[in-house]
Amino acid sequence: MYQYDQYDQQLVDERVAQYRDQTKRYLAGELSEDEFRPLRLQNGLYIQRHAPMLRVSIPYGLLASAQLRTLAHIARTYDKGYGHFSTRQNIQYNWPPLESVPDILADLAKVEMHAIQTSGNCIRNVTSDQFAGVAEDEVEDPRPYCEMIRQWATLHPEFAYLPRKFKIAVTGSERDRAATQVHDIGLQLQRNAAGELGFRVLVGGGLGRTPIIGEVIREFLPEKDILTYLDAILRVYNLRGRRDNMYKARIKILVKAMGPEAFADAVEKEWQHTRSDPALQLEDADIARFRNQFPLPAYRTGIDASAVDGLLSDNASFKRWYTRNTVGHRQPGYRSVVVSLKSSAQAPGDATDTQMEAVADLAERYSFGEARVTHQQNLVLADVALDELEALWRALDAEDLATPNVGTLSDMICCPGLDFCSLANAGSIDVASDINQRFDDLDYLYDLGELRVNLSGCMNGCGHHTVGHIGILGVDKKGEEFYQITLGGSSANDASLGDRLGPAVSKDKVADTMEAIIHTYTELREGEESFLDTYRRVGMKPFKERAYG
Amino acid sequence: MVNLIRERALVADDPWLHIADEDPVPADGDITVSWQRWQEEKDQLGTRNGRLGVRLDGDFPVEELDTLLELPLIVVHFPAFKDGRCYSHARLLRARHDYDGEIRATGDVLRDQVAYMERCGINAFEIREDRAAEDALRAFDEFSVDYQGRSNRAFPLQARRA
Repeated sequence: MYQYDQYDQQLVDERVAQYRDQTKRYLAGELSEDEFRPLRLQNGLYIQRHAPMLRVSIPYGLLASAQLRTLAHIARTYDKGYGHFSTRQNIQYNWPPLESVPDILADLAKVEMHAIQTSGNCIRNVTSDQFAGVAEDEVEDPRPYCEMIRQWATLHPEFAYLPRKFKIAVTGSERDRAATQVHDIGLQLQRNAAGELGFRVLVGGGLGRTPIIGEVIREFLPEKDILTYLDAILRVYNLRGRRDNMYKARIKILVKAMGPEAFADAVEKEWQHTRSDPALQLEDADIARFRNQFPLPAYRTGIDASAVDGLLSDNASFKRWYTRNTVGHRQPGYRSVVVSLKSSAQAPGDATDTQMEAVADLAERYSFGEARVTHQQNLVLADVALDELEALWRALDAEDLATPNVGTLSDMICCPGLDFCSLANAGSIDVASDINQRFDDLDYLYDLGELRVNLSGCMNGCGHHTVGHIGILGVDKKGEEFYQITLGGSSANDASLGDRLGPAVSKDKVADTMEAIIHTYTELREGEESFLDTYRRVGMKPFKERAYG
Repeated sequence: MVNLIRERALVADDPWLHIADEDPVPADGDITVSWQRWQEEKDQLGTRNGRLGVRLDGDFPVEELDTLLELPLIVVHFPAFKDGRCYSHARLLRARHDYDGEIRATGDVLRDQVAYMERCGINAFEIREDRAAEDALRAFDEFSVDYQGRSNRAFPLQARRA
């Protein structure tokens, strides 16, 4: 993975010193709340319901074991012994004292990490496919481009005070696992007919209170032009995005107001100036240097492809885990393992310090010292040899990290909700727990197949409810927690926004309603048909009748 | 009171006077006027004794930037520090139009933004009156490296780093 050089390290160290001074001035009363707010936000610090929340950046989801150990250390030393992995491949701590944040950032800097631009109206952490570099359907590894974009965006002087936050996702595979269609900018790496590499560029996607699927503004952008083109998009947005109303300030509103064609024209016009900018134009050597930072691991050859065959036929527990929590790998003899953070014992996406350390150790032993964070709030050990799968499975199971539920109903995406977040209208973790208890039969979960349930505690949509196959949105009705349910959303290649089932239901009815939806599906599905396909075929009516009947 | 920094140094004797749209233009001395006024009164403004600068804000259309290049001073106004539009105006003036006069930030200009402003090409700062310009001077040295380069310097990607 990418390793800092002297230059990167110096920048992060100087950022820590700068923020230490800003915190000192704030505590001394030299900076007002309003003045300090964007400074702390651009270092990842929110003021939340109970305490500040610190969001640490995990660029495109990649973590070395030493970094994961530092995250565990921070959870133990400054927090209550756990962290929450978010859908944008960051980790959030819910209890760090404001005064300690400079020390936390200094600890992070020692392992080449930071919290720069994880919040605020600026370019946020660049996210990507958790199977980058190992996926069987990959066109090209997106990580070198992600790192390039990370550097370009980091402390960018022109784009630090944008109208609103700005999120970029990059994918390099046929299957979109990075939700690129619901990002401010989505980049899909591909080859053209001539075999050249480039990006399909989407803009204006997003969730939140105005969910929109992104529009393609350029079918093929040569790889060397990526920074010049991003520069053009950001400048058009910085100059023209609305600043009078924060709910109308995202780029999606601008794209919608101008129309995608007019927006694309404005970008193209700006790009005619920026595309020849020597400061941003990439040379072959630049791209090669970034690519060389992501070499293939030293894979073993001659691994017995039948290493787990016996276990698969004899051990039902292992088979479940293998089927749900491991995926095919480009390298013969290897699989990628998803470490489930969705055990019924913890809030979705949470990991304790001990679990993080365990994964760090296991990554070192079985996966070249590297782990990844997924958009679905799980972890991944990407390069595991078949003949070591059993040992890894047993070790994960001992830490409650082998719940064989990846991609099933209980692998919910879930925001921290009312328990932690000052924006939330309703709880999310307890609702997830209710649903988990209702659907605790693993065989039944498998039978239901691929089912994405996404849960947000408010319309800001951090739990991506609008693109869940089943989406659950917490709303406040006269001081009581209610839940609006949607069906048919997706953030994959066939992206769509969910449709409303009907009136919101009270908290104690969410699990019942889920059951009604699931029963309707199992009665109506044809053969192996997935929930999403069934819904798209039969429409809302039967679900609605059953849920409110 | 003017709390002015130019080229990273405090300036005690600034000759420039900002003339509000409703106020009369003095016959002598260096003044700035709004872009709107400049357009309406260009002829009269050209006949007086003293230099002329123009003030613009985030609404200024960037297509018009090349009409300003002969001016010795362009003022970019930040009504609130969160309004980041004029960072783009400054960068375009320097990088695209090779403007080499003074670009001065006014309005909600604070210590924690001046380094970003400078990197976009702003070289003079009227620090908000209730803050000390001396303190703001320290902000310029907080970073010795950056990824974007200063106005005309190359983006220091890996391959090009010495």
